[in-house]
Amino acid sequence: MSQSNIMPGFKPALGFTVVYLSLVVLIPLSTLVFNSFQLSWDDYVAIITHKRVLASFRVSFMAALIAAAIASFFGVVVAWVLVRYTFAGKRFFHALIDLPFALPTAVAGIVLATIFQPSGFLGKLLMDTVGVQVAFKPLGIVVALIFISIPFVVRTVEPVLLEFDTSMEEAAASMGASRVQIFSKIIFPNIFPAILTGFALSFARGVGEYGSVIFIAGNIPYVSEVVPLLIVTKLEQYDMEGATAIALSMLVVSFLLLFVINLLQLWARKRSGQL
Amino acid sequence: MNTNIWFNQLRVLAHMALTVMGLMLITNTALAERTLLNVSYDPTRELYKEYNPLFIQHWKAKTGETVAIQQSHGGAGKQARAVLDGLEADVVTLALAYDIDQLYNKARLIPENWQSLLPNNSSPYTSTIVFVVRKGNPKQIKDWIDLTKDGVSVVTPNPKTSGGARWNYLAAWSYALKHNNNSEAAAKDFIGKLYKNAAVLDTGARGSTTSFVEREIGDVLITWENEAYLVLNEFGADKYEVVTPSFSILAEPPVAVIDKVVKKNGNQDIASDYLAYLYSKEAQEIIAKNHYRPTDKDIAAKYEKQFPNLELVTIAQLGGWNDAQKKHFADDGVFDQIYDQGK
Amino acid sequence: MSAVIQTKNNTKQQAALHDPTWVRTGLIAIALGFIVLFLCLPLGLVLFEAFSKGWTAYWSALTQPDTQAALKLTLLTALVTVPLNTVFGIAAAWAITRFEFKGKSLLTTLIDLPFSVSPVISGVIFVLLFGAQGVFGEWLMAHDVKIIFATPGIILATLFVTFPFVARQLIPLMQEMGNEEEEAALSLGASGWKTFFQITLPNIKWALLYGVLLCNARAMGEFGAVSVVSGHIRGMTNTLPLHVEVSYNDYDVVGAFAGASILAGLAIVTLVLKSLLEWKQSDR
Repeated sequence: MSQSNIMPGFKPALGFTVVYLSLVVLIPLSTLVFNSFQLSWDDYVAIITHKRVLASFRVSFMAALIAAAIASFFGVVVAWVLVRYTFAGKRFFHALIDLPFALPTAVAGIVLATIFQPSGFLGKLLMDTVGVQVAFKPLGIVVALIFISIPFVVRTVEPVLLEFDTSMEEAAASMGASRVQIFSKIIFPNIFPAILTGFALSFARGVGEYGSVIFIAGNIPYVSEVVPLLIVTKLEQYDMEGATAIALSMLVVSFLLLFVINLLQLWARKRSGQL
Repeated sequence: MNTNIWFNQLRVLAHMALTVMGLMLITNTALAERTLLNVSYDPTRELYKEYNPLFIQHWKAKTGETVAIQQSHGGAGKQARAVLDGLEADVVTLALAYDIDQLYNKARLIPENWQSLLPNNSSPYTSTIVFVVRKGNPKQIKDWIDLTKDGVSVVTPNPKTSGGARWNYLAAWSYALKHNNNSEAAAKDFIGKLYKNAAVLDTGARGSTTSFVEREIGDVLITWENEAYLVLNEFGADKYEVVTPSFSILAEPPVAVIDKVVKKNGNQDIASDYLAYLYSKEAQEIIAKNHYRPTDKDIAAKYEKQFPNLELVTIAQLGGWNDAQKKHFADDGVFDQIYDQGK
Repeated sequence: MSAVIQTKNNTKQQAALHDPTWVRTGLIAIALGFIVLFLCLPLGLVLFEAFSKGWTAYWSALTQPDTQAALKLTLLTALVTVPLNTVFGIAAAWAITRFEFKGKSLLTTLIDLPFSVSPVISGVIFVLLFGAQGVFGEWLMAHDVKIIFATPGIILATLFVTFPFVARQLIPLMQEMGNEEEEAALSLGASGWKTFFQITLPNIKWALLYGVLLCNARAMGEFGAVSVVSGHIRGMTNTLPLHVEVSYNDYDVVGAFAGASILAGLAIVTLVLKSLLEWKQSDR
């Protein structure tokens, strides 16, 4: 693209962006790297491949994956309903979507634990009808992470649906496409990159979530102990190197994940641009 | 048009910002009197809420000066770490000596002999570890051995993140040693069974109380004696019972002046008097009322009925905190091994 | 004859453009069920607990000095962080969507990074920098500058956590918009700032407002990161979310949920206002 000769402000805008990014995000994060350098490679590997650490990685990643998948499904339905349909109280429901951003995670944890505890409103219902205990089991982590993830999915899919050009649907319909075909061949591919982003953001956020999870997880080692809790545990034992080693590994995974997603998005954008 | 509205909104915002910042400045200058920061662990909230006004009164009577006291509460390990990282505590009042030791080990904030500077190992009050059960004690929990039975669900915090939980753990460990001719293998087995019965491992003592009381998890809560009676007071003696086991541990929550900070803040006089006054009759009375065991003999005698007599092991008998920490709570220590088995 | 076929085709086309009623009802039911279960119920519980001992208890919980101090600190934090991150968001979106340069997708990813850093870590990194044992610890001590366990530390941690919100909202929108309008204005001789204020800003204002609202909500509600750098001094360094936790651990349920209700209320009121504004706008 040979745009931009005429557009002003490239240097100041990019300069400010990079400086501010460095000050607020990169320099602070780099302390993690430097702190981990105090460990030898072998020590580092020994810490992150400790079976307890691996088990907590499994718990965190599995829970975040399941939660992001569930939240993505419901998030798309919610976004679809909010954009395409009209019904009573829509504006209120619409405003409610961002509640998980605003509610402190600790409050979310306390509230969800109250609702899903075995004697709680939903906890009791689930216990009596299907015999499943949610709070203080790994399932509790999933519930907390779904709550945290909702706005990420809805708010990335919603704008795309809003912008979506309905004339494409009309054209397809005039060529005799059925509703199912229109959705699967036209609408879905267009919102898919957004769903992917929402999913990735939810997942990345879920892996690191602490505040809400510890109230509802049960925190039993090998079963419901999440990575951030292990980091806190290391900190409480004055083991800064151990804590930063685990934190760094999490950071690298998150970074790679986000990077891949951004590339995927770029690719999807280019491909849809060619269509 | 539109941009105008935009600018107006910005102006209103900027105005609000300035007002609030102005308010902050005013409140900061209003705090010209000397303030003391007491960094403490979780269950002492109620105790210091009552002790602080008493001390302020005492200091005023003694010197004519009005002081303000600020409180910070949290898990003992977290609190000690905050002080190490620069939280300017004039005094610390924590759950166990190990965490205060770190203030010397890692940063020389206090002298090495800090624990001998005040009477009774620098512990103005002691406590012990007891059980709280639901009314009527449906699972018939009387002693530590009952906690290892099948079908008993136990609530206790994680000893790796909670100071109180380390006392819980060591009490159980000592009990097991005592009843098994000091066999460590048997004690490990005992501790293993106990923690297999743990339904939740909260990160702090208060979290465990919440799990037991509000979440209705578990048949028994292992906790500080003072916290146990607080549960009865707060949530109803008609719903819970305190069970005192046959044997437990003498929990000594120590206090210390942070030399480096008080020197910098010029608070030496208040800080040392703040801790010394904890040993006075008036303070010991408050301590006893909050169900901490007073160290003053007269007050202890006065409240004798409140504190059942039981056999108590001391941390010194267990080889001191450094050994206990290394052996039990460090990574891959005895506590970790419980969960490593079969994994 | 052909007219009949025509209408038949039309209805078929219409059907292909709209979801059948059962699908529509079903989807609304699923969406609302999900919202009620995961959002209304928690919100309802917050309000229920906050008012469980009546209006007076609620009010006295809110007017208590510690709550007031926490609220003030929370507002101050938001007032500093939100404008900074807004300016950043606009600059970043401008640079990324209006120009081509090397390392663009790396930059975009780095901007997203704070979303995926565990809140615990977001706090710890500032302790590593400014704590007594940290990189700048000794210098700060020597010059008696307090960052950690004081307002600046809380603001820094909040800046970090809310960093991507505005940029995240603006980048996709400005990418979608393209820059034809701006180029036209510029080629007609408008200055850069004038173009920005009269062309770009009106176009992105809803997304911008929205990003600001989200950034604000998160700035006020952040718990994990702030908890690490706060020191939890009552009436001094407790933000509203921390005050909620403290009250809850004091067994002061009304106090805890009263604080939480303010945070939830603030978010909902601003968002309802925002959708009302949008609605008015679209009517015009």
